[in-house]
Amino acid sequence: MTNSLLFDFTVDKTAKTVYITREFDAELSLVWDAFTKAELIDQWIAPKPMTSKTKYQDFKVGGKRFYAMVSPEGQERWAIQEYTSITPKTNFKMYNAFADKDENPELPGSEWDHTFSEQNGTTKVSITIYNESLERLEKILDGFTQGMKMSLSNLEKLLATLSQK
Amino acid sequence: MRRDIFQAIADPTRRAIITLIALQAMTPNAIADNFNTTRQSVSKHLRILTECELAKQEQQGREIYYSLEIEKMKEIDKWLNQFRKIWEARFNQLDNVLSTMKKQKK
Repeated sequence: MTNSLLFDFTVDKTAKTVYITREFDAELSLVWDAFTKAELIDQWIAPKPMTSKTKYQDFKVGGKRFYAMVSPEGQERWAIQEYTSITPKTNFKMYNAFADKDENPELPGSEWDHTFSEQNGTTKVSITIYNESLERLEKILDGFTQGMKMSLSNLEKLLATLSQK
Repeated sequence: MRRDIFQAIADPTRRAIITLIALQAMTPNAIADNFNTTRQSVSKHLRILTECELAKQEQQGREIYYSLEIEKMKEIDKWLNQFRKIWEARFNQLDNVLSTMKKQKK
């Protein structure tokens, strides 16, 4: 795995915005799929030892992905994403909000903007996350910190699971 | 109103004050000299910084000096670093997923 790939992470607290840029050693269409197809998203979006479980997804403007982050103890934290704009293989935007298990969103949520570009087989993804409330940003973090503490780089496990497929 | 480190750094003037008092303890007047704003406004920012426990006051003779609570500043780094690590871990996982996808494609 190449570690020379760009990774940029900045938080503008004033603008309540998180900016993330990352390069991937893969062609754009693969990266686009990995970001937009639930069965692929579920394989990487949850930091170990959490897992991601998508109940349903309808990737179109106005469509939704209803999913949960599941803790090792089986505790589910549901969230709902609504796609607000899609330009295939270039950009997609969504509104993300925590929800209960019956799909009732807890507002306010956050606005996500993803931009994809490819150069010489490397795909760059720029993500902007705008949070209406900083408290929410902290809530997201609190939820993850617990799981993260247990294991940060348990990649072997994921690799093993993937190679079994 | 929220009184924590994030409230403290949410304002550009307060961020500038933090930079100033990080170098040396300063009186409100000396701090105000660096800004095109009223003494009153600087006092307000200093009060917020103190309430957020990011600045501490010290009486020296007749003057009050403000200095930065370095330890408190580290909280921001710690907090952001955790958030950054989540994304690092995520993307490392995504690297693996992409690598598997590439193999399957071949």
